[in-house]
Amino acid sequence: MKEEIIIAGFGGQGVLSMGKILAYSGIMQDQEVSWMPSYGPEMRGGTANVTVILSDEKISSPILNTFDTAIILNQQSLDKFEEAVKPGGVLLYDPNGITSPPARKDINIYKIEGAEEAAKMGNPKTFNMIILGAFLKIKPIVKNENVEKGLEKSLPERYHKLIPLNLEAIQKGHDSVKSIQTV
Amino acid sequence: MGELRLMKGNEAIAEAAIRYGVDGYFGYPITPQSEVIETLMARKPWEETGMVVVQAESEVAAANMLYGGAACGKKVMTSSSSPGVSLKLEAISYIAGAELPALVVNVVRGGPGLGTIQPAQSDYFQAVKGGGHGDYHLIVFAPNSVQEMADFVEDTYELAIKYRNPAMILSDGIIGQMMEKVELKDFKPRFTDAEIKEKFGSWATTGKTPDRERNIVTSLELQSELQEKHNHKLQAKYQQMRETEVRFESTNTEDAEYLLVAYGSSSRICRKAMELARDKGIKVGLLRPITLFPFPTKQLAELANQVKGMLSVEMSAGQMVEDIRLAVNGKVPVEHFGRYGGIIHSPDEIVNALEKQIIKG
Repeated sequence: MKEEIIIAGFGGQGVLSMGKILAYSGIMQDQEVSWMPSYGPEMRGGTANVTVILSDEKISSPILNTFDTAIILNQQSLDKFEEAVKPGGVLLYDPNGITSPPARKDINIYKIEGAEEAAKMGNPKTFNMIILGAFLKIKPIVKNENVEKGLEKSLPERYHKLIPLNLEAIQKGHDSVKSIQTV
Repeated sequence: MGELRLMKGNEAIAEAAIRYGVDGYFGYPITPQSEVIETLMARKPWEETGMVVVQAESEVAAANMLYGGAACGKKVMTSSSSPGVSLKLEAISYIAGAELPALVVNVVRGGPGLGTIQPAQSDYFQAVKGGGHGDYHLIVFAPNSVQEMADFVEDTYELAIKYRNPAMILSDGIIGQMMEKVELKDFKPRFTDAEIKEKFGSWATTGKTPDRERNIVTSLELQSELQEKHNHKLQAKYQQMRETEVRFESTNTEDAEYLLVAYGSSSRICRKAMELARDKGIKVGLLRPITLFPFPTKQLAELANQVKGMLSVEMSAGQMVEDIRLAVNGKVPVEHFGRYGGIIHSPDEIVNALEKQIIKG
């Protein structure tokens, strides 16, 4: 198994921490992982993205041009990464703020109303876990129990009381993701 | 098995320093290596192991604190990124001249000048050819993973002690900022004052010495005959390093017709490029120097008898390629493919360059 993922959105949406939780979940099931963030000036008030790789084997390049999955959380990121999805790959996006939806015909497209569902849950901070849940529904590459362990490892102890809420958000993502196009 | 964690390269180096029993860290923040000092400050090792962490007023000050600490026989380190390392070079040359063990970490960013905060490998010349003034060399290790960022703290420092010579970990913004799985080693106690006297008492300034001659730490010797003799001693040390301390990793070289040569994060990207090229039926191998000084000259010279050409892949305008050419001595074509200014090569670009510059060239 090898999954090469780009997660891209605005700074503050929890893009980097979502990638970190996914990577930690991979470690919990003995996989090799890499997490490579953008760290340039574009992070300040602008877009943030992170490349996450989970693999059964040693990871060669942590930097990639094409991806098995793109998780897209704003229009700028869609413009930048839609073309980078491998043919037959997955594009998961939140339509909130998207003015021109993905147009590729050769990839699988899914939609998750993450911002809306987070608002319904009454806690906008659950947004990134809803997105993660949606992704794991499409690609169940890590087991639920390992995601829970990943959360324990990546969250400081003072936030451990929030783990049940995060798991609930992941479940919400699972239940709410919609398929737009399958190839 | 030690403790497994997901860490950035910069965090791993800081944690490894605490666990290895480093006595003092002196630094000044600069992107993309600021997490080294951030991690140390957050970890407060002075409460745990007694390790001192100082944010100095400048890079120059930090490097001279390194010199002072090393002179006392303490395990000391500093870290910075390219423009900051330039500022430290005066002290580094003094440390080499005074024959002191110390560790300098460079998490390289693009230059020249303030350049960019994005990753690069354009400080190769500075790291391996001296950098500062005078005929000296650092022991230079180039990690290509977060695990190696952690492991090389001990590996470089052991050699620094063995040769009484400063060592450098030459990393870059990719390895510094990337998170990977790291297995951390167990804690080692710092040397006690008695241990320092026992191990380094012949040269370190360890306090009053009614029972022996004073140890004087200096890089100054005005008598030319003595200064030449001192230089001979240094050169003999460097020669011994060349003969015994070379480290490298070779992959798929057994049947290789072509060779990629790359260090640090470029070697990771080359590994992917090699897979792509092999899928196309091109028999390509990868030689990755782990030590940049001493350089795997002999191994490259041997491979020159086997392969039809070599491509040096660096995030620079072409620096290591000169050392490869010296090793190969004209036997086969050696070309360079580089991206720089903060741009990172893609694996596809590397395969294209190999085909265009070496196979069809």
